[in-house]
Amino acid sequence: MSTTVPPPDVQPDFDTSPPVHGAGLERDAEKAASRRGFLVGLPSYAYLVAFFATPLLIVVVYSFASRSVRGATVLTDWNLRSYGRLTDSLVLTIAWRSLWIATLTTLVCLLIAYPFAYYLSTRPARIRAVLLVLVMIPFWSNFLVRTYAWRMLLGGDGPFTRLLEAVGIDGVQLLFTPTGVMVGLVYGYLPFMILPLYAALERLDHSLVEAARDLYASGWQAFWKVTWPLSRPGVIAGSILVFIPSFGAYVTPEILGGRGSTMLGSYIARQFIGSASDWPFGSALSVAILVVMMIAATAYFRAGGKNL
Amino acid sequence: MPGAGGPDVAEDSLARPRRAVDRVLAGNAWLVFAFLYLPIVVLIVYSFNDNQRVGIWTEASLRWYGEMFGNARVMDALRNSILVAIVSTAVATVLGTAAGLSMERYRYRGQRAFDGLLYLPVIIPDITMAVMLLLFFVQTFDLIFLATGIQFSRGLGTIMLAHVSFNISFVALVVRARLAGLDGALEEAAADLYANRWQAFRRVTLPLIAPGVAGGALLALTLSLDDVVIAEFVSGAGSTTLPVYVFGALRRGVTPLINAVSVLMLVGSILLVLMSLAVSRGRESSGG
Amino acid sequence: MRVRLTAVLLVGALALAACGREVGQDTADGDPDDGQTAAEGGEEVSCDVDETDGDLLLYNWSEYMDPDLLTAFADEHGVAATEDTFTSNEALLAQIRAGGADYDVIIPSDYMVAIMIEEGLLLPLDADALPNTDNVSGDFMSPPYDPDLTYSRPYQWGTTGLGVNTDATGPDPEATWGWLFDEQMREGLRISMLDDPREGMGAALYYLGYDPNTTDESELQEAADLVANNDQIVTFTSDQFTELLIGGETDIGQGFSGNFLDNFEEDNYVYLIPEEGATIWTDNMAILNTTSSPCTAHTFINFILDAENGAQLTNWTWYASPNEAATEFLDEEVRENPSIYPDESVRENLYFLENTGEAERLYTDLFTRAQG
Repeated sequence: MSTTVPPPDVQPDFDTSPPVHGAGLERDAEKAASRRGFLVGLPSYAYLVAFFATPLLIVVVYSFASRSVRGATVLTDWNLRSYGRLTDSLVLTIAWRSLWIATLTTLVCLLIAYPFAYYLSTRPARIRAVLLVLVMIPFWSNFLVRTYAWRMLLGGDGPFTRLLEAVGIDGVQLLFTPTGVMVGLVYGYLPFMILPLYAALERLDHSLVEAARDLYASGWQAFWKVTWPLSRPGVIAGSILVFIPSFGAYVTPEILGGRGSTMLGSYIARQFIGSASDWPFGSALSVAILVVMMIAATAYFRAGGKNL
Repeated sequence: MPGAGGPDVAEDSLARPRRAVDRVLAGNAWLVFAFLYLPIVVLIVYSFNDNQRVGIWTEASLRWYGEMFGNARVMDALRNSILVAIVSTAVATVLGTAAGLSMERYRYRGQRAFDGLLYLPVIIPDITMAVMLLLFFVQTFDLIFLATGIQFSRGLGTIMLAHVSFNISFVALVVRARLAGLDGALEEAAADLYANRWQAFRRVTLPLIAPGVAGGALLALTLSLDDVVIAEFVSGAGSTTLPVYVFGALRRGVTPLINAVSVLMLVGSILLVLMSLAVSRGRESSGG
Repeated sequence: MRVRLTAVLLVGALALAACGREVGQDTADGDPDDGQTAAEGGEEVSCDVDETDGDLLLYNWSEYMDPDLLTAFADEHGVAATEDTFTSNEALLAQIRAGGADYDVIIPSDYMVAIMIEEGLLLPLDADALPNTDNVSGDFMSPPYDPDLTYSRPYQWGTTGLGVNTDATGPDPEATWGWLFDEQMREGLRISMLDDPREGMGAALYYLGYDPNTTDESELQEAADLVANNDQIVTFTSDQFTELLIGGETDIGQGFSGNFLDNFEEDNYVYLIPEEGATIWTDNMAILNTTSSPCTAHTFINFILDAENGAQLTNWTWYASPNEAATEFLDEEVRENPSIYPDESVRENLYFLENTGEAERLYTDLFTRAQG
């Protein structure tokens, strides 16, 4: 999603496990409670099954369908043709490009966000609160608007290009290039990297760093051996939060990209909106991208993050 | 929201970066703030530009704002956005809170499956969700037409259904975080004092999770107003929302009218930030 | 119980599979050889002149309808009139296929009208509700794609060519597609092409000397390769080609006559109709047979066919009007403009796009792949 607020990483201390020795009455009470819990959750569960799980299934079903001469989807003639096309050189190029851009975006975000978050976390509490609010404001601003800002800036007679020309750097073309898309993605998702990093660094026990320095470690060593490993969960959380939407990006490449910057998201969209009209193929692509996301998300959960 | 309530790092602590490094970090922080804010500032400034061509400054004028408020399509889109946001947030908050309670306060079989289902909409990319829902509506309306002869079509209703679909998970996420941090002792105390389950819920649990519910609702509101891709795919003719309008207008060419509309959306976002701050203040003061 | 719930939905999803039908709008058998297949889905409607039965939803190309004209229609007949836009004929068809969109009047090009008639998507028009048809020029009364004007009325016509910035190409540029496809000519130039399979492939086919309506797969592949290997293409767009040219993002753009000519203010921008061949097209007004307000749709078409309204449209769009009665109301700079109304010698090099039947899919697929 475009904006997410990661909640604090807290473990429940409310024990809801049923009592070990149950007399008949207690067991009935448990069962009643259990049933109640299920009923409370039922409407949401049913809604999600109807409007999330079923659509997911439909996409999978469509990925095996065929396409008529005129571009309509035909739900007979089941086949694996769409999946076969996933190994097309064009698809592979676009997938590779998406991977490349997403990874680069994540790295750049990390490089920019880490020193920033570190600085933030070592300020006195009052200043920290103010700075945090200042970070949140662009974060909660409309994602499309923030991407549009770069469309405006990077244009031929846009302020950014003219600034460069004033300094003597001519002929820089960022709009409609993969670099332009990456700038837009970094700008859009930077707050997703800042916030988890900040959360992790803020929780850091500074006495550990002090201890390291006491033991004659240099500033750099203290950072590398103490701070960095302890902030790893934040790094991982931030990286996943930036990588996943960047990989499946659609809006940013549509606005800032041109020929040669097509990413998976826009490629999929084109199968449904636009002239291509190939729903089975688009569905197969969507399934593929979903599988990749699942793998990335599982990696995140394995690496220890329980809450996003 | 991560709080600024952690322990202070003392001025003379060895954990504080050395002065030179500190200066560099401070400089870097300034640059990052500049990076974050300048594009937005430029965008706002150029919305007051009289020239048709964005980027070439002529003189200051409110012309584009006038045009925006007089533009029926923009105003329609604005109205649609607000309508969809309010309705879908209301439904998602109720369903999401229920889901959160169900997951945190009870144990039952199949909870794991529900947990997984709740997390999926959070990690799924926008485009995939949009495609899923488009196919779902097309196929379902098709079947309904075959069965009953009534042809439904995509419109504001389908956008609302779609937004609820992903917002349930986000609301549940925030409510669960809030619940997880709560001490169950208060609820047990209520039970000890002979409150029945409904009273305990209404008088104790609900007020305690209220900031979480409010936070979730605000998040849902923001996500709904923000959404471009899903709305683009599941909307019908004449049911454009504001971001979809801007997205479409962008494809046809850049004019300062888009800047004016963007400023309008920015103002809305900032109001939401301030509201969420007020909520989190409330959260902290009630022992969150 | 949850398990049962999920199972029920799973069965439901698979039931769709068992249905085994074509998804989307009810279509007639899309058999290209069956040229005379009438719209099975479209019943006849009977409307009075200026009768309205609901609001108007227009689906049009972008920058192709004067907003004042639309408002005038809405005010005159007391209905709401809104417009959505599409980028190409294929996108229009795809959107209609996706179903659920209640557009009333659409503006397909010549060959797409033929395709839509075959697919049974259009409503047969009630000629009695369209008296202003008398205003239409004789040249347009019997088009090959709709010989009796059963389903359509002409809207605007024009050409597709190249918009060029002579500051980048040098003065007096040659009228050729070589600006796009000749490696030496296009060196250092930034190009935009239409996001349109028939026009995009068409440009390459003209350059190669092939028929723009060819069904020969090897010729089409050659054309697609030309597009694919063109590194100078900055972007594909059907809406922004003029803005990008004037804004300095591109030096050359493939695009439609009216849109270019309307916005060219300075001398260094020219519109070229390449000599190897270029497309001349007629866009038409047609009514979808799923419309919920057929009479309003008829009234709108009649409204546009009115002499003064037709002139107002052309004066705004700078495309050519098929409306003979409108000629006297046209602005002189439009009427006398040889780029808008090309003369005989130029018309010899202009070709109409036609329905290529099964090969349509080839055009779309090859072009989509070439776009990258």
